[in-house]
Amino acid sequence: MSITSLLLSLVFVIIPLILTAYLKLGLTKDILIATIRSIIQLIAVGYILTFVFEGDNAIYIVLMILLMIGAASQNIVKKGKGIPHITWIIILALVVVEAFSMTMLIVFNIIPFTPQYVIPISGMIIGNTMVLSLLFLNKFKSEISQNDEVIELILSFGGTPEDAIKTSLKSAIKTSMIPTIEAQKTMGLVQLPGMMSGLIIGGGDPLEAVMYQLLILFLILNTAAVASVLVGYLSYRNLFNERMQFMGIREDVK
Amino acid sequence: MALIEFKNVSHQDILSHISGEFKTNKITALVGPSGAGKSTTLKHINGLLSPDSGEIYFKDKNQKNYDVISLRRGIGMAFQSSPMIEGTVYDNLKLPRDLFNEELPREEALKLLSDVDLDESFLDHKVKKLSGGERSRVALARTLVNKPEVLLLDEITASLDYRLSREIERLIVRLRDQHNLTIVWVTHNLEQAKRVSDDIWFLSDGQLIESGEVALLNNPKTERLREFLRSDDN
Repeated sequence: MSITSLLLSLVFVIIPLILTAYLKLGLTKDILIATIRSIIQLIAVGYILTFVFEGDNAIYIVLMILLMIGAASQNIVKKGKGIPHITWIIILALVVVEAFSMTMLIVFNIIPFTPQYVIPISGMIIGNTMVLSLLFLNKFKSEISQNDEVIELILSFGGTPEDAIKTSLKSAIKTSMIPTIEAQKTMGLVQLPGMMSGLIIGGGDPLEAVMYQLLILFLILNTAAVASVLVGYLSYRNLFNERMQFMGIREDVK
Repeated sequence: MALIEFKNVSHQDILSHISGEFKTNKITALVGPSGAGKSTTLKHINGLLSPDSGEIYFKDKNQKNYDVISLRRGIGMAFQSSPMIEGTVYDNLKLPRDLFNEELPREEALKLLSDVDLDESFLDHKVKKLSGGERSRVALARTLVNKPEVLLLDEITASLDYRLSREIERLIVRLRDQHNLTIVWVTHNLEQAKRVSDDIWFLSDGQLIESGEVALLNNPKTERLREFLRSDDN
Protein backbone atom coordinates (compact mmCIF):
# COMPACT_ATOMS: atom_id res chain seq x y z
CA MET A 1 0.00 0.00 0.00
CA SER A 2 1.34 3.45 -0.92
CA ILE A 3 1.38 6.58 1.28
CA THR A 4 -1.11 8.19 -1.12
CA SER A 5 -3.54 5.27 -0.72
CA LEU A 6 -3.21 5.51 3.06
CA LEU A 7 -3.91 9.26 2.99
CA LEU A 8 -6.94 8.63 0.79
CA SER A 9 -8.22 6.13 3.36
CA LEU A 10 -8.64 9.08 5.75
CA VAL A 11 -11.93 9.67 3.96
CA PHE A 12 -13.27 6.89 6.18
CA VAL A 13 -12.50 9.10 9.19
CA ILE A 14 -14.07 12.22 7.67
CA ILE A 15 -17.48 10.56 7.28
CA PRO A 16 -17.91 9.73 10.99
CA LEU A 17 -16.66 13.25 11.83
CA ILE A 18 -19.35 14.79 9.62
CA LEU A 19 -22.02 12.48 11.04
CA THR A 20 -21.08 13.17 14.68
CA ALA A 21 -21.07 16.95 14.02
CA TYR A 22 -24.42 16.81 12.20
CA LEU A 23 -26.08 14.70 14.92
CA LYS A 24 -24.31 16.67 17.71
CA LEU A 25 -23.03 13.45 19.31
CA GLY A 26 -20.15 15.28 20.96
CA LEU A 27 -17.62 12.69 19.77
CA THR A 28 -15.57 14.90 17.40
CA LYS A 29 -12.71 15.37 19.85
CA ASP A 30 -12.59 11.67 20.72
CA ILE A 31 -12.54 10.61 17.07
CA LEU A 32 -9.71 13.06 16.29
CA ILE A 33 -7.68 11.93 19.32
CA ALA A 34 -8.28 8.25 18.52
CA THR A 35 -7.22 8.75 14.88
CA ILE A 36 -4.08 10.71 15.74
CA ARG A 37 -3.10 8.31 18.54
CA SER A 38 -3.57 5.25 16.35
CA ILE A 39 -1.44 6.81 13.57
CA ILE A 40 1.38 7.76 15.95
CA GLN A 41 1.28 4.50 17.97
CA LEU A 42 1.16 2.19 14.96
CA ILE A 43 3.88 4.05 13.03
CA ALA A 44 6.08 3.93 16.15
CA VAL A 45 5.39 0.19 16.52
CA GLY A 46 6.14 -0.26 12.81
CA TYR A 47 9.59 1.31 13.24
CA ILE A 48 10.26 -0.63 16.45
CA LEU A 49 9.25 -3.91 14.78
CA THR A 50 11.44 -3.18 11.75
CA PHE A 51 14.36 -2.55 14.12
CA VAL A 52 13.65 -5.74 16.11
CA PHE A 53 13.17 -7.87 12.99
CA GLU A 54 16.36 -6.61 11.38
CA GLY A 55 18.31 -6.92 14.64
CA ASP A 56 17.11 -10.55 15.04
CA ASN A 57 18.32 -10.59 18.64
CA ALA A 58 16.58 -12.59 21.41
CA ILE A 59 17.03 -9.70 23.87
CA TYR A 60 14.97 -7.39 21.65
CA ILE A 61 12.18 -9.98 21.53
CA VAL A 62 12.16 -10.29 25.33
CA LEU A 63 12.19 -6.49 25.73
CA MET A 64 9.22 -6.18 23.35
CA ILE A 65 7.28 -8.80 25.34
CA LEU A 66 8.11 -7.05 28.65
CA LEU A 67 6.89 -3.76 27.15
CA MET A 68 3.60 -5.39 26.18
CA ILE A 69 3.20 -6.95 29.66
CA GLY A 70 3.93 -3.57 31.28
CA ALA A 71 1.34 -1.75 29.16
CA ALA A 72 -1.30 -4.46 29.65
CA SER A 73 -0.81 -4.65 33.43
CA GLN A 74 -1.10 -0.84 33.71
CA ASN A 75 -4.50 -1.11 32.06
CA ILE A 76 -5.78 -4.00 34.20
CA VAL A 77 -4.56 -2.73 37.57
CA LYS A 78 -6.93 0.26 37.36
CA LYS A 79 -9.89 -2.15 37.21
CA GLY A 80 -8.56 -4.22 40.14
CA LYS A 81 -8.26 -1.24 42.49
CA GLY A 82 -9.31 -2.26 45.99
CA ILE A 83 -7.86 -5.79 45.82
CA PRO A 84 -4.56 -5.90 47.75
CA HIS A 85 -1.41 -6.81 45.71
CA ILE A 86 -3.41 -6.79 42.46
CA THR A 87 -0.46 -5.27 40.51
CA TRP A 88 1.80 -8.26 41.26
CA ILE A 89 -1.00 -10.76 40.71
CA ILE A 90 -1.69 -9.33 37.23
CA ILE A 91 2.00 -9.22 36.26
CA LEU A 92 2.41 -12.83 37.46
CA ALA A 93 -0.66 -13.97 35.49
CA LEU A 94 0.57 -12.26 32.32
CA VAL A 95 4.08 -13.70 32.68
CA VAL A 96 2.81 -17.24 33.43
CA VAL A 97 0.34 -17.29 30.53
CA GLU A 98 2.86 -15.85 28.05
CA ALA A 99 5.78 -18.03 29.23
CA PHE A 100 3.70 -21.23 29.21
CA SER A 101 2.20 -20.56 25.76
CA MET A 102 5.52 -19.60 24.14
CA THR A 103 7.39 -22.52 25.72
CA MET A 104 4.83 -24.98 24.35
CA LEU A 105 4.87 -23.40 20.87
CA ILE A 106 8.64 -23.33 20.60
CA VAL A 107 9.45 -26.66 22.32
CA PHE A 108 6.98 -28.51 20.08
CA ASN A 109 8.38 -26.61 17.10
CA ILE A 110 4.96 -25.21 16.18
CA ILE A 111 6.54 -21.80 15.49
CA PRO A 112 10.19 -20.80 15.16
CA PHE A 113 11.76 -18.48 17.76
CA THR A 114 11.94 -15.50 15.40
CA PRO A 115 10.51 -12.03 16.01
CA GLN A 116 8.11 -12.33 13.04
CA TYR A 117 6.28 -15.15 14.86
CA VAL A 118 6.95 -14.56 18.55
CA ILE A 119 5.99 -10.87 18.73
CA PRO A 120 2.59 -10.90 16.97
CA ILE A 121 1.51 -14.12 18.72
CA SER A 122 2.67 -12.75 22.10
CA GLY A 123 0.67 -9.60 21.39
CA MET A 124 -2.44 -11.70 20.84
CA ILE A 125 -1.84 -13.75 24.01
CA ILE A 126 -1.11 -10.73 26.21
CA GLY A 127 -3.92 -8.66 24.70
CA ASN A 128 -6.40 -11.45 25.24
CA THR A 129 -5.21 -12.02 28.82
CA MET A 130 -5.72 -8.29 29.41
CA VAL A 131 -9.32 -8.32 28.14
CA LEU A 132 -10.08 -11.51 30.09
CA SER A 133 -8.63 -10.12 33.31
CA LEU A 134 -10.62 -6.89 32.91
CA LEU A 135 -13.83 -8.87 32.43
CA PHE A 136 -13.00 -11.12 35.38
CA LEU A 137 -12.17 -8.28 37.80
CA ASN A 138 -15.28 -6.32 36.83
CA LYS A 139 -17.55 -9.28 37.53
CA PHE A 140 -15.63 -10.45 40.63
CA LYS A 141 -15.89 -7.05 42.32
CA SER A 142 -19.60 -6.73 41.59
CA GLU A 143 -20.23 -10.30 42.82
CA ILE A 144 -18.41 -9.57 46.07
CA SER A 145 -20.29 -6.37 46.76
CA GLN A 146 -23.64 -8.08 46.03
CA ASN A 147 -22.87 -11.16 48.12
CA ASP A 148 -20.99 -9.76 51.12
CA GLU A 149 -23.67 -11.04 53.54
CA VAL A 150 -23.49 -14.58 52.07
CA ILE A 151 -19.70 -14.46 52.41
CA GLU A 152 -19.97 -13.49 56.10
CA LEU A 153 -22.76 -16.03 56.62
CA ILE A 154 -20.54 -18.89 55.45
CA LEU A 155 -17.65 -17.63 57.57
CA SER A 156 -20.03 -17.46 60.55
CA PHE A 157 -20.74 -21.20 60.15
CA GLY A 158 -17.01 -21.89 60.39
CA GLY A 159 -16.44 -22.04 56.63
CA THR A 160 -13.04 -21.10 55.18
CA PRO A 161 -12.46 -18.04 52.95
CA GLU A 162 -12.47 -20.42 49.95
CA ASP A 163 -15.87 -21.84 50.99
CA ALA A 164 -17.18 -18.31 51.47
CA ILE A 165 -16.08 -16.90 48.12
CA LYS A 166 -16.37 -20.01 45.93
CA THR A 167 -19.72 -19.08 44.33
CA SER A 168 -18.67 -15.50 43.51
CA LEU A 169 -15.33 -16.69 42.18
CA LYS A 170 -16.81 -19.37 39.94
CA SER A 171 -19.43 -16.99 38.58
CA ALA A 172 -16.76 -14.38 37.72
CA ILE A 173 -14.49 -16.98 36.05
CA LYS A 174 -17.41 -18.31 34.02
CA THR A 175 -18.54 -14.82 32.96
CA SER A 176 -15.06 -13.89 31.77
CA MET A 177 -14.66 -17.13 29.74
CA ILE A 178 -18.05 -17.16 28.01
CA PRO A 179 -17.31 -14.47 25.35
CA THR A 180 -14.20 -16.37 24.19
CA ILE A 181 -16.11 -19.65 23.92
CA GLU A 182 -19.09 -18.01 22.18
CA ALA A 183 -16.81 -16.18 19.71
CA GLN A 184 -15.16 -19.49 18.79
CA LYS A 185 -18.52 -21.08 18.01
CA THR A 186 -19.26 -18.60 15.20
CA MET A 187 -15.67 -18.22 14.01
CA GLY A 188 -15.45 -18.19 10.22
CA LEU A 189 -19.24 -17.99 9.78
CA VAL A 190 -19.79 -14.31 10.53
CA GLN A 191 -16.35 -12.85 10.04
CA LEU A 192 -12.87 -14.00 9.20
CA PRO A 193 -10.62 -13.58 12.22
CA GLY A 194 -7.97 -10.84 12.13
CA MET A 195 -4.86 -12.96 11.82
CA MET A 196 -6.30 -15.13 9.08
CA SER A 197 -7.54 -12.08 7.14
CA GLY A 198 -4.07 -10.52 7.44
CA LEU A 199 -2.35 -13.60 6.07
CA ILE A 200 -4.80 -13.90 3.17
CA ILE A 201 -4.50 -10.19 2.28
CA GLY A 202 -0.72 -10.59 2.46
CA GLY A 203 -0.96 -13.25 -0.24
CA GLY A 204 -0.73 -16.33 1.99
CA ASP A 205 -2.34 -19.68 1.31
CA PRO A 206 -5.87 -19.65 2.87
CA LEU A 207 -5.47 -23.19 4.29
CA GLU A 208 -2.20 -22.30 5.96
CA ALA A 209 -3.88 -19.13 7.28
CA VAL A 210 -6.66 -21.32 8.73
CA MET A 211 -4.10 -23.52 10.50
CA TYR A 212 -2.41 -20.51 12.10
CA GLN A 213 -5.80 -19.10 13.08
CA LEU A 214 -6.76 -22.38 14.74
CA LEU A 215 -3.52 -22.32 16.66
CA ILE A 216 -4.35 -18.83 17.90
CA LEU A 217 -7.90 -19.86 18.84
CA PHE A 218 -6.66 -22.77 20.94
CA LEU A 219 -4.06 -20.53 22.56
CA ILE A 220 -6.70 -17.95 23.37
CA LEU A 221 -9.00 -20.56 24.88
CA ASN A 222 -6.17 -21.72 27.12
CA THR A 223 -5.38 -18.10 27.98
CA ALA A 224 -9.00 -17.47 28.93
CA ALA A 225 -9.08 -20.38 31.35
CA VAL A 226 -5.62 -19.98 32.86
CA ALA A 227 -5.70 -16.19 33.21
CA SER A 228 -9.06 -15.92 34.97
CA VAL A 229 -8.42 -18.91 37.26
CA LEU A 230 -4.97 -17.60 38.14
CA VAL A 231 -6.09 -14.01 38.80
CA GLY A 232 -9.13 -15.28 40.73
CA TYR A 233 -7.42 -17.76 43.00
CA LEU A 234 -4.48 -15.45 43.69
CA SER A 235 -6.61 -12.40 44.46
CA TYR A 236 -9.41 -13.81 46.65
CA ARG A 237 -7.00 -14.74 49.46
CA ASN A 238 -6.05 -11.08 49.87
CA LEU A 239 -9.66 -10.19 50.69
CA PHE A 240 -9.38 -12.11 54.00
CA ASN A 241 -6.93 -11.88 56.88
CA GLU A 242 -5.22 -14.67 58.83
CA ARG A 243 -8.17 -14.80 61.32
CA MET A 244 -10.44 -15.71 58.37
CA GLN A 245 -12.15 -12.33 58.53
CA PHE A 246 -13.56 -10.76 55.36
CA MET A 247 -11.92 -7.42 54.66
CA GLY A 248 -13.93 -6.69 51.49
CA ILE A 249 -12.89 -4.46 48.60
CA ARG A 250 -11.05 -1.45 49.97
CA GLU A 251 -10.79 1.27 47.34
CA ASP A 252 -7.83 2.85 49.19
CA VAL A 253 -5.73 -0.29 48.63
CA LYS A 254 -3.54 -0.86 45.52
CA MET B 1 -23.33 -15.50 85.13
CA ALA B 2 -21.44 -13.86 82.25
CA LEU B 3 -20.96 -16.08 79.21
CA ILE B 4 -19.30 -13.39 77.09
CA GLU B 5 -17.32 -10.51 78.46
CA PHE B 6 -15.85 -7.47 76.66
CA LYS B 7 -12.86 -5.85 78.39
CA ASN B 8 -11.91 -2.42 77.09
CA VAL B 9 -12.56 -3.38 73.44
CA SER B 10 -11.76 -0.84 70.71
CA HIS B 11 -12.03 -1.33 66.95
CA GLN B 12 -10.79 1.27 64.45
CA ASP B 13 -12.81 4.41 65.05
CA ILE B 14 -16.05 2.42 65.38
CA LEU B 15 -15.81 0.99 68.93
CA SER B 16 -14.13 2.77 71.80
CA HIS B 17 -13.21 1.08 75.10
CA ILE B 18 -16.26 -1.17 75.39
CA SER B 19 -16.51 -3.14 78.65
CA GLY B 20 -19.55 -5.20 79.54
CA GLU B 21 -21.01 -8.68 79.68
CA PHE B 22 -23.68 -10.91 78.15
CA LYS B 23 -25.28 -13.27 80.65
CA THR B 24 -25.98 -16.97 80.14
CA ASN B 25 -29.50 -17.79 78.87
CA LYS B 26 -30.47 -14.12 78.71
CA ILE B 27 -31.55 -12.04 75.74
CA THR B 28 -29.51 -8.84 75.55
CA ALA B 29 -30.68 -6.17 73.10
CA LEU B 30 -28.08 -3.86 71.58
CA VAL B 31 -29.81 -0.54 70.98
CA GLY B 32 -28.64 2.84 69.83
CA PRO B 33 -28.72 5.20 66.85
CA SER B 34 -27.43 4.24 63.38
CA GLY B 35 -23.64 4.09 63.27
CA ALA B 36 -23.39 3.48 67.02
CA GLY B 37 -21.36 0.27 66.49
CA LYS B 38 -24.08 -2.30 67.26
CA SER B 39 -23.38 -4.67 64.31
CA THR B 40 -19.62 -4.24 64.76
CA THR B 41 -20.01 -5.31 68.42
CA LEU B 42 -22.00 -8.35 67.31
CA LYS B 43 -19.36 -9.43 64.78
CA HIS B 44 -16.69 -9.32 67.50
CA ILE B 45 -18.53 -12.01 69.47
CA ASN B 46 -18.06 -14.75 66.83
CA GLY B 47 -14.72 -13.48 65.58
CA LEU B 48 -15.90 -12.05 62.26
CA LEU B 49 -14.00 -9.00 63.51
CA SER B 50 -11.23 -8.69 66.10
CA PRO B 51 -10.53 -5.88 68.53
CA ASP B 52 -7.56 -3.59 67.81
CA SER B 53 -7.13 -3.41 71.58
CA GLY B 54 -8.85 -4.96 74.58
CA GLU B 55 -10.02 -8.53 75.05
CA ILE B 56 -13.13 -10.64 74.69
CA TYR B 57 -13.74 -13.62 76.98
CA PHE B 58 -16.01 -16.51 76.03
CA LYS B 59 -16.76 -18.90 78.89
CA ASP B 60 -13.93 -17.33 80.92
CA LYS B 61 -11.37 -18.09 78.18
CA ASN B 62 -9.78 -15.40 76.05
CA GLN B 63 -11.35 -15.55 72.59
CA LYS B 64 -7.85 -15.34 71.04
CA ASN B 65 -7.13 -18.81 72.46
CA TYR B 66 -10.05 -20.42 70.64
CA ASP B 67 -9.70 -22.03 67.25
CA VAL B 68 -11.65 -19.58 65.10
CA ILE B 69 -13.59 -22.32 63.27
CA SER B 70 -14.79 -24.09 66.44
CA LEU B 71 -15.63 -20.72 68.02
CA ARG B 72 -17.85 -19.79 65.06
CA ARG B 73 -19.50 -23.22 64.94
CA GLY B 74 -20.60 -22.73 68.55
CA ILE B 75 -22.18 -19.34 67.86
CA GLY B 76 -25.09 -19.00 65.42
CA MET B 77 -25.67 -15.76 63.54
CA ALA B 78 -28.67 -14.45 61.60
CA PHE B 79 -28.28 -11.44 59.32
CA GLN B 80 -30.63 -8.58 58.46
CA SER B 81 -31.51 -9.75 54.93
CA SER B 82 -31.53 -13.49 55.80
CA PRO B 83 -29.04 -14.27 53.00
CA MET B 84 -29.57 -17.65 51.34
CA ILE B 85 -27.60 -19.77 48.92
CA GLU B 86 -29.41 -20.76 45.73
CA GLY B 87 -31.51 -23.91 45.92
CA THR B 88 -34.04 -25.33 48.35
CA VAL B 89 -34.71 -24.80 52.05
CA TYR B 90 -33.02 -28.16 52.66
CA ASP B 91 -29.89 -27.00 50.75
CA ASN B 92 -29.74 -24.02 53.07
CA LEU B 93 -30.33 -25.99 56.25
CA LYS B 94 -27.56 -28.43 55.31
CA LEU B 95 -25.09 -25.65 54.48
CA PRO B 96 -23.45 -25.50 57.95
CA ARG B 97 -22.89 -29.28 57.81
CA ASP B 98 -21.93 -29.45 54.10
CA LEU B 99 -19.00 -27.14 54.84
CA PHE B 100 -17.52 -29.93 56.97
CA ASN B 101 -18.67 -32.85 54.78
CA GLU B 102 -21.14 -33.83 57.49
CA GLU B 103 -24.68 -34.98 56.88
CA LEU B 104 -27.90 -33.36 58.02
CA PRO B 105 -30.52 -36.14 57.89
CA ARG B 106 -33.92 -35.06 56.53
CA GLU B 107 -35.58 -36.02 59.85
CA GLU B 108 -33.29 -33.61 61.70
CA ALA B 109 -34.00 -30.89 59.12
CA LEU B 110 -37.75 -31.45 59.54
CA LYS B 111 -37.41 -31.15 63.32
CA LEU B 112 -35.64 -27.80 62.84
CA LEU B 113 -38.44 -26.61 60.56
CA SER B 114 -41.03 -27.56 63.14
CA ASP B 115 -39.00 -25.66 65.79
CA VAL B 116 -39.56 -22.51 63.74
CA ASP B 117 -43.23 -23.31 63.02
CA LEU B 118 -42.81 -24.28 59.36
CA ASP B 119 -44.46 -27.48 58.14
CA GLU B 120 -42.49 -30.23 56.44
CA SER B 121 -43.60 -29.31 52.91
CA PHE B 122 -41.23 -26.33 53.11
CA LEU B 123 -38.14 -28.53 53.10
CA ASP B 124 -38.08 -28.84 49.31
CA HIS B 125 -39.31 -25.31 48.54
CA LYS B 126 -37.03 -23.10 46.49
CA VAL B 127 -35.75 -20.32 48.76
CA LYS B 128 -36.42 -17.62 46.16
CA LYS B 129 -40.15 -18.38 46.49
CA LEU B 130 -40.23 -17.83 50.28
CA SER B 131 -41.96 -14.81 51.81
CA GLY B 132 -40.04 -12.45 54.12
CA GLY B 133 -41.37 -14.11 57.27
CA GLU B 134 -40.65 -17.64 55.98
CA ARG B 135 -37.14 -16.59 55.03
CA SER B 136 -36.49 -15.29 58.54
CA ARG B 137 -37.72 -18.57 60.02
CA VAL B 138 -35.51 -20.65 57.70
CA ALA B 139 -32.53 -18.40 58.57
CA LEU B 140 -33.24 -18.97 62.29
CA ALA B 141 -33.59 -22.74 61.82
CA ARG B 142 -30.27 -22.75 59.96
CA THR B 143 -28.48 -21.03 62.87
CA LEU B 144 -29.58 -23.93 65.10
CA VAL B 145 -28.02 -26.67 62.91
CA ASN B 146 -24.67 -26.53 64.71
CA LYS B 147 -26.46 -26.60 68.12
CA PRO B 148 -24.98 -23.27 69.23
CA GLU B 149 -24.87 -21.91 72.77
CA VAL B 150 -25.13 -18.34 71.55
CA LEU B 151 -27.32 -16.73 68.91
CA LEU B 152 -26.43 -13.39 67.33
CA LEU B 153 -29.30 -11.59 65.62
CA ASP B 154 -28.65 -8.55 63.46
CA GLU B 155 -31.85 -6.53 62.83
CA ILE B 156 -33.62 -9.70 61.71
CA THR B 157 -37.11 -8.22 61.81
CA ALA B 158 -36.21 -4.88 60.20
CA SER B 159 -37.90 -5.70 56.90
CA LEU B 160 -40.97 -7.42 58.40
CA ASP B 161 -44.33 -5.88 59.24
CA TYR B 162 -45.51 -5.53 62.85
CA ARG B 163 -47.49 -8.79 62.98
CA LEU B 164 -44.64 -10.89 61.53
CA SER B 165 -42.11 -9.15 63.79
CA ARG B 166 -44.19 -10.10 66.84
CA GLU B 167 -44.38 -13.71 65.67
CA ILE B 168 -40.59 -13.87 65.22
CA GLU B 169 -40.09 -12.26 68.66
CA ARG B 170 -42.24 -14.92 70.34
CA LEU B 171 -40.45 -17.63 68.37
CA ILE B 172 -37.03 -16.43 69.48
CA VAL B 173 -38.03 -16.30 73.16
CA ARG B 174 -39.33 -19.85 72.81
CA LEU B 175 -36.13 -21.03 71.04
CA ARG B 176 -34.06 -19.48 73.83
CA ASP B 177 -35.98 -21.56 76.39
CA GLN B 178 -35.99 -24.77 74.30
CA HIS B 179 -32.31 -24.68 73.34
CA ASN B 180 -30.86 -22.88 76.40
CA LEU B 181 -29.53 -20.10 74.21
CA THR B 182 -27.78 -16.89 75.13
CA ILE B 183 -28.99 -14.30 72.63
CA VAL B 184 -27.51 -10.97 71.58
CA TRP B 185 -30.01 -9.06 69.46
CA VAL B 186 -29.25 -5.89 67.53
CA THR B 187 -32.42 -3.88 67.05
CA HIS B 188 -33.22 -0.28 66.26
CA ASN B 189 -36.74 -0.85 67.62
CA LEU B 190 -36.93 0.18 71.30
CA GLU B 191 -40.39 -1.28 71.81
CA GLN B 192 -39.12 -4.61 70.54
CA ALA B 193 -36.13 -4.42 72.89
CA LYS B 194 -38.50 -3.79 75.81
CA ARG B 195 -40.72 -6.72 74.83
CA VAL B 196 -38.09 -9.40 74.30
CA SER B 197 -34.93 -8.62 76.19
CA ASP B 198 -33.77 -9.26 79.74
CA ASP B 199 -30.80 -6.91 79.43
CA ILE B 200 -29.90 -3.83 77.40
CA TRP B 201 -26.69 -2.36 76.02
CA PHE B 202 -27.15 1.22 74.85
CA LEU B 203 -24.40 2.21 72.42
CA SER B 204 -23.78 5.62 70.94
CA ASP B 205 -20.79 6.86 68.87
CA GLY B 206 -18.98 3.57 69.50
CA GLN B 207 -19.25 3.81 73.27
CA LEU B 208 -21.26 1.71 75.67
CA ILE B 209 -23.18 4.46 77.44
CA GLU B 210 -25.42 2.35 79.69
CA SER B 211 -26.01 -1.35 80.27
CA GLY B 212 -28.09 -3.39 82.67
CA GLU B 213 -31.52 -4.88 83.04
CA VAL B 214 -34.18 -3.81 80.57
CA ALA B 215 -35.87 -1.70 83.25
CA LEU B 216 -33.14 0.89 82.79
CA LEU B 217 -35.03 2.09 79.72
CA ASN B 218 -37.70 3.35 82.10
CA ASN B 219 -35.16 5.00 84.33
CA PRO B 220 -32.19 6.19 82.23
CA LYS B 221 -29.18 7.49 84.15
CA THR B 222 -27.51 9.41 81.32
CA GLU B 223 -28.65 12.36 79.27
CA ARG B 224 -27.65 10.55 76.04
CA LEU B 225 -30.02 7.67 76.68
CA ARG B 226 -32.77 10.09 77.72
CA GLU B 227 -32.20 12.00 74.50
CA PHE B 228 -32.26 8.75 72.45
CA LEU B 229 -35.50 7.65 74.09
CA ARG B 230 -37.05 11.00 73.23
CA SER B 231 -35.75 11.12 69.65
CA ASP B 232 -37.64 10.05 66.55
CA ASP B 233 -34.60 8.00 65.60
CA ASN B 234 -35.94 4.92 67.37
